[in-house]
Amino acid sequence: MFGEYSLGDLGAIFAMQGFAGLILFSVYVLMALGLAIIFGQMGVINMAHGEFMILGAYMTYLCSGFFQAHLPALFPAYFFVAMALAFVAAGALGMLVEWGLIRHLYKRPLDTLLATWGLSLILQQAYRSIFGAREVGVELPSWMMGSVQATDAIEIPINGLFVMAVTVLITLVVAGLLFASRYGKQVRAVMQNRVMAGAVGIDTGRVDCLTFGLGCGIAGIAGSAFTMIGSTGPTSGQLYIVDTFLIVVFGGAASLMGTIASAFSISQTQSTLEFFLSGSTAKVITLLAVVGILMLRPQGLFTLKVRR
Amino acid sequence: MKPKALNDNPFMKPVEWASLALLCVLIFGLLPLALDGFRLNLVGKYLTYAFVALGLVICWGTCGILSLGQGVFFGLGGYCMAMYLKLEASSVENTKIQSTPGIPDFMDWNQITALPWFWKPFHSLPLTLIAVVLVPTLFAFIVGAAMFKRRVGGTYFAIITQAIAAILTILIVGQQGYTGGINGITDLRTLHGWDIRTDTAKTILYFVNGGLLVACVLVAQFVKRSKLGRILVAMRDKEDRVRFSGYGVASFKIFAFCLAAAFAAIGGAMFTLQVGFMSPSFVGIVPSIEMVIYAAVGGRLSLFGAIYGTLLVNWAKTTFSESFPELWLFGLGALFIAVVLAFPDGLAGIWRQHVEPRLTRRAKAAPAALPQGAPAE
Amino acid sequence: MNAAILPGATAGDKDFLLAVEALTVSFDGFKAVSDVSFYVDPDEIRVIIGPNGAGKTTVLDLICGRTRATSGSIKYKGTELTKLSESAIVQAGVGRKFQTPSIYDDLTVFENLEISFPRGRSVLGALMFKRDAAVRDRIDEIAEMIFLKDQLDKRAEFLSHGQKQWLEIGMLLIQDPELLMLDEPVAGMSVAERKKTAELLHQIIKGRSVLVIEHDMKFVEDIAHRVTVLHQGKVLSEGSMERVKNDPKVIEVYLGH
Repeated sequence: MFGEYSLGDLGAIFAMQGFAGLILFSVYVLMALGLAIIFGQMGVINMAHGEFMILGAYMTYLCSGFFQAHLPALFPAYFFVAMALAFVAAGALGMLVEWGLIRHLYKRPLDTLLATWGLSLILQQAYRSIFGAREVGVELPSWMMGSVQATDAIEIPINGLFVMAVTVLITLVVAGLLFASRYGKQVRAVMQNRVMAGAVGIDTGRVDCLTFGLGCGIAGIAGSAFTMIGSTGPTSGQLYIVDTFLIVVFGGAASLMGTIASAFSISQTQSTLEFFLSGSTAKVITLLAVVGILMLRPQGLFTLKVRR
Repeated sequence: MKPKALNDNPFMKPVEWASLALLCVLIFGLLPLALDGFRLNLVGKYLTYAFVALGLVICWGTCGILSLGQGVFFGLGGYCMAMYLKLEASSVENTKIQSTPGIPDFMDWNQITALPWFWKPFHSLPLTLIAVVLVPTLFAFIVGAAMFKRRVGGTYFAIITQAIAAILTILIVGQQGYTGGINGITDLRTLHGWDIRTDTAKTILYFVNGGLLVACVLVAQFVKRSKLGRILVAMRDKEDRVRFSGYGVASFKIFAFCLAAAFAAIGGAMFTLQVGFMSPSFVGIVPSIEMVIYAAVGGRLSLFGAIYGTLLVNWAKTTFSESFPELWLFGLGALFIAVVLAFPDGLAGIWRQHVEPRLTRRAKAAPAALPQGAPAE
Repeated sequence: MNAAILPGATAGDKDFLLAVEALTVSFDGFKAVSDVSFYVDPDEIRVIIGPNGAGKTTVLDLICGRTRATSGSIKYKGTELTKLSESAIVQAGVGRKFQTPSIYDDLTVFENLEISFPRGRSVLGALMFKRDAAVRDRIDEIAEMIFLKDQLDKRAEFLSHGQKQWLEIGMLLIQDPELLMLDEPVAGMSVAERKKTAELLHQIIKGRSVLVIEHDMKFVEDIAHRVTVLHQGKVLSEGSMERVKNDPKVIEVYLGH
C-alpha cells in the first residue's frame, strides 16, 4: 500500500497524520490517564468512564453556548472555563458515584464492571433526556482555528497544539500528585493494603473518593478536548471505552509512562493507517494488533521489570 | 441424620428435578397454550438468549471467568446458520435478475462476482450444523488457550473478550460484501426446502428450541455435578491450590469457556432460524454485556435461574420499551446496579433465602410425624 | 561464604530423593536464592530454618514450580523438575502446603479432600470421575487422621483456622506424595492445636520425605533429622540440629541480634 508514494511523501504523510492525530492522542491520553488511576491504582473497572468524558463534552457545549449568548466579549477565553467546569462536573459526579456505588464493591472487581455498566446506561439516557438524542457540536474561538505551517507539506493544527499542551500539563500535574505528594503516598498506601493504611490513620474512604473523582475529572477534560474532533451525542462515550481500556492494559495497568506511550502508539498507528485504508479497517487492524500483542505479553507492553 | 446419604452425589436433587419439571411444563405446556403465534415466537427468541446465560452460569458463576464476548459466539453460531439459509434462498432461479446469479444479493450489490471460499461449505446442511457448533467453539478454544495458558484471567480477560466483540462487529460491518454489513444476513426463507416463515414452522422451531435448551440444561447439570464442576468452583476460590493438587488449571478453564461458547452458538443458530435474520447488532459489546445481566438477574450460580432471568429481563425490555422507551434504559441500568449491590445471587438467591425455607417449614409443619431432615443449607 | 555441603554429596544423585544444586533465582537483579545446594534422602525429614526473608518459601516455590529458577537444577528421583509444569511436578509425587491455609471455602470438607484424590486429573477424567467405595474409604481414613471425621459435610469456610490447616494437610496426604513440603504448618495455631498438629505430623511423615519450613525451634528439634539454615538466600549451615545450634555463623545470624 506504500508503493505509489516516494520516501519523502511518506515522511510527510506520517508527520501530517501524526499531527492530525494530536487531538485523538490527547483524548486517548487523558481518558487513559483517568482510567489508569481508577483501574490501575484502584482496581475498579469503570465502564462508565466514557460517559464521564461525555459529561465534560456537554459542559463544554453548554459553556460555548452561554458565552456566545451572554458574554461574547470573553468568548475567545471560554475554552479554559469549559475545561475547568468539565473537570469539576465530572469529578463531582465521580465522587458521588464512588460514595453511592463503588465503595461497596472494592472486593468484587468484576461486579464493579456490571454496576458501572448500569451506571453508563443511566447516564446515557439522562443525556438523551436532557440534551436530546441529536449530536451537538461546539464552536471554537477563532484563535484556535487554522494551523501553523511547519514546512511546505506539513501543517500543524493550532487546536491540536493547544490540547497537546493542556494534556502535557495535566499529565505532569497528575504525575506530581501521585508520585511526589503526600496525597499520592496515601493513594498508593491504600491501594496496596487498605486495612493497614486505615490502621496507620489514613482516611481510606476519603482517599478512595478523591482518587475516583480525580480520574473522572480528567475524563471530563478529555471530553472537552473531544469536542474538537467529534460531535457529542449521548452514546459517543461508549465508542471510546474499549479503546481506552485496551490502552491502559496495553501500557501495563500500573504505569503512567506506559499509559502515555501506549496511547501514543495506538492513536498514531490508527491515524496513520487511516490515511491508507478505510477507517474501519484501520481500527480493526489496530485493535487486532493490540489484542494479539496482549495475548503474547499479558502484562502489557511497557511494564518495567520491577515487580512480579 | 444419615451422613452417608449427604455425601451421595445424585444427578439432581429432588428440588432440581422439580425445577426441571416446572420448566418443561412452562416451556412445552403453559406458554404454547397461553400465547398466540407472535408472542410464542417472541418467547422462542428470548429462550435463544437463555443458551448464552446457561453458558455464563458455567463459565462465570461456577468458574469465575467473566466473558464479555459471548455475543461473538452467539453471533458466529447464528451467522453460520444464516449463511446456509441465505445460500438456499439465493438459488440461481431466485436471483436471476442479479448480474451474478446464484450468489447472495448483498454480494451482488457490492460487485462481488463469485462466492468467497469460506461461504462454500455452507451449501451443505450437515457441514453447516457441524460448523454452527464447531466454529465458535474452536474460536473460543484459541482465545482461551492463548489467554489461560498465560494465566490471564479476571478483569483482563473480561476486557480482552470485550475488545474481541468490538473487533468482530467492526469487521462484519466493514466487510459488507462478504457479511451483509450492518444489515446482516436477511431475507432467509427455507431450511432444506422447508419454509421457516410459516406459523407452523415457527411453532415447530419453538419446540425444537425448547428441547435443545432442556438438553443443554442437562449437559450443564452433568458438568456441574461432576468432579469437574467442583474443580471449577475450587479454581474460582484458590487457583494455586488446584494447580498444586496436580491439575492443569488452564485446560479446565478452556473447557468451561468452550462449553459456554458452544451453548451460545446453538442459541445463535436457533435465533437465526426463529427470527429469520442475523446481524452484527447481536455480536457486539452491548448485546454481550446484556447477556451477562440475564445470568446475573437469574442468579449466576443457578442453571434454572439463568433461564428465568433471561425470560424476565427480556419480557421487561419488550414491555417497557414498547410503552416507555425513555424509561427502559434507566430501568436496565438500575437493574445492573441492583443485582450487583442488593441481589448478588439473583432470583435464585431470593428463592433460596426467602421462598424455599418457608416452603420447607410449611412442609415440615404439615405432617408432624416427619423426621427432622432439613436440607444442608 | 561457603555452604557446608555434606561430605560425598556430589557423588551421583541416584540415591537422593531430592537433589538441589546451585539453585539461583533473581527477581530483576535481586537474588532471592543464590547458589543453594542441598540433598534430601528418602524418608528423611529436613527442616529449613532461617530468618525472615532468607528465601525459605522461595526455595519451596522453586521446587514445586511456582517460581522458575534462573539457573541451577532440582532433581527429584533423577528427574529434572525445573522444566516441568506445576501439575506434572505434583503428579511426579511432590506435594506442597502453603503458608496460609489454602482450601476451597465454597466446598465441603469431603469435596475438598475428593478434589485432591489422585485420580481423574484430566478434563475428561474429572468429568467421568466416579465417587466409588475406594474414594469414600480413603477420604474417611484421612478425615479420621486430620480430626475432621465429623465435619465432612461442613463447608470449609466454617472451619477454625487450625482445622483449615489440618484440612490442607489432609488434602496433601490423600495425594500420597513421596516428598511432602510444608510451609510453617503450625503457625498461627493455639497451643492445643499445635500439640495435635505435631502429633499428626509425626504420624504422616512415616514412609516419605518431608521438607518443612518452621520457626518453632522446639518443634524443629522434635522432628528434624537434619536442618538446613538459609540466610540471605544462601545456605549458611547444614547438619543435625545439635551441630547447627552450635555453629558460630548460625548463632551470629540468629541470636546475635
